[in-house]
Amino acid sequence: MEITARGLWTLIHGMGFGGLYLLACSGVIVELRRRRTIIPDPQGADHERFLQIYLLLMAALAWLAVLTGTYLIYPWYRAVPPSGTTNLVAFPQRFLMASASTAGWHSIGMEWKEHLAWLVPIATTTAAAVSLQYGRHLRSHLQLRKTVLAFLAVSFFAAGVAGFFGAMLNKNAPVEGGKNIQILEEK
Amino acid sequence: MNTEMNMEVADHSLTETKSGAGGAAALAAGIGSFALAVLAIAADQMPSLRQAMIFSRPTGPLSGVTTCACIIWLTFWIVLHLRWRNRNVAMGRIGLLSVVLLALAVLLTFPPVAELF
Repeated sequence: MEITARGLWTLIHGMGFGGLYLLACSGVIVELRRRRTIIPDPQGADHERFLQIYLLLMAALAWLAVLTGTYLIYPWYRAVPPSGTTNLVAFPQRFLMASASTAGWHSIGMEWKEHLAWLVPIATTTAAAVSLQYGRHLRSHLQLRKTVLAFLAVSFFAAGVAGFFGAMLNKNAPVEGGKNIQILEEK
Repeated sequence: MNTEMNMEVADHSLTETKSGAGGAAALAAGIGSFALAVLAIAADQMPSLRQAMIFSRPTGPLSGVTTCACIIWLTFWIVLHLRWRNRNVAMGRIGLLSVVLLALAVLLTFPPVAELF
């Protein structure tokens, strides 16, 4: 059982950073939605610290996902084949564009994903910063809390779209290459 | 009676913080996101800008578009934070504007919409 180095990085980017972000985001939306009361609870400080660390980790995951996507995987995806190349399997973008039935995955899927995904770390960093700045006082700023919640909801949508297109792009034209890494050996 | 008094004290302490810092963070994020969408469309339409946005050759114009958008976002954040941190702002309007800008960025980055410009 083998995986290529590029395949492994794609896995870390999508299922690692991106997948974990989506899971974490759904959790924090529920938690913030739950906090509608301004009545402080006895464990308030601990809960706030947990939420702040949670949001910071989410922001870190979002940044790791877009930075690995933009500067590591995207260059492999958009690599230009040498002239005369007929087998485009190692050049995912060109491979997709070569057929009318798959061109849309690039022209709509990747073109949207590559920009949309960058809204996620911006929105999540903002949410984390507001949480750090206000702590338990965020409960009393109803409009600000609603704004943070809306930011995280948009961010969840953007990450979901990016994740969906990432998975479909990799299904139709996987980013492969580099060193083969053996995961398990069949006996 | 005691509980009521405690809650009143707690409620009072919760309303002491100013909304300016939060408003600055939210509005800057909205502006930065919107700038990203506008820059992406502009780079797609203008070959000279497209070329200028290539900060990293392997990544292409995406590197410049996202870097510039992040610079715009962080610059607005710092400036607005310094101006608003010690005051209350109309958070309802600023929050709505921020979310609208973010939603517009989502819409404008969608290729069929971006191609209308």
